[in-house]
Amino acid sequence: MAGAVAIAGTRRVDLKTKLLTLFVVATNVLGNFAMSWGMKHQAVDLGLSPLAYIRLIFTPWVLLGTLLLILWLLSRMTLLGWADLSYVLPVTSIAYVASAVLGKVFFGEQVTWQRWLGTAFIVVGIIFVGLTAANTTRQESAR
Amino acid sequence: MKWWMVGTIVGSTVLADLLQSFEMKRHMVAVEDLRPGRLAGMLRGLAQRGLLVLAVFFMAISFFAFMKLLSVADLSFAVPVTAASVALETVLARLVLRENVTALRWAGALSVACGVALLAM
Repeated sequence: MAGAVAIAGTRRVDLKTKLLTLFVVATNVLGNFAMSWGMKHQAVDLGLSPLAYIRLIFTPWVLLGTLLLILWLLSRMTLLGWADLSYVLPVTSIAYVASAVLGKVFFGEQVTWQRWLGTAFIVVGIIFVGLTAANTTRQESAR
Repeated sequence: MKWWMVGTIVGSTVLADLLQSFEMKRHMVAVEDLRPGRLAGMLRGLAQRGLLVLAVFFMAISFFAFMKLLSVADLSFAVPVTAASVALETVLARLVLRENVTALRWAGALSVACGVALLAM
């Protein structure tokens, strides 16, 4: 009975980790996209002035991107408590692939064969890491 | 300018991730804490943890450097090239955080790093 409870608990942890990983990836991709859209459609030369960056944050697309990236930051922080850093980093790298695809579709950016090959490497890497345990330091974690 | 921004992003991201991973494992956030009614309390708790505040500071540096990079480079260059931190952070996760990085995970991290290098070409 105790074993059954433990297994059910483990499955629950796995599911919540997967769902949170999806949320982390979605907020990252959409946040980067909104940020990039906002940056491409502003005509101001930013230079290195912090004030110019702060003003830019309050333009609609950059603001939306910023809010999504704040959600990404908080959800990723939570995910780092539930899973290894060496698991989270490669698995959430699918966001890089999605960003490259969005860059091609919406901004007409050139995606060369090297970039598609790079995308394939990233996907293979994610599959490899996805086959490993999400948290290898659980016993040592304070909970 | 472009590569200075990439270096700044990677360096500050590595520091931020190590600090976050270390601190969040010391005091994990439970699923129940993510409910809307308890979110404010959870955020207050996070804001009182010094290492997390330091991590957010490094992330802010990374964020502003990323904004600058987006203004001078393609999105399909800017996002992948900053993933160069993956390989570096996997090594540090093993050495500093004592994570059990298996052969399969090393292979995956290396594959991702190769992919990032190709994307940046």
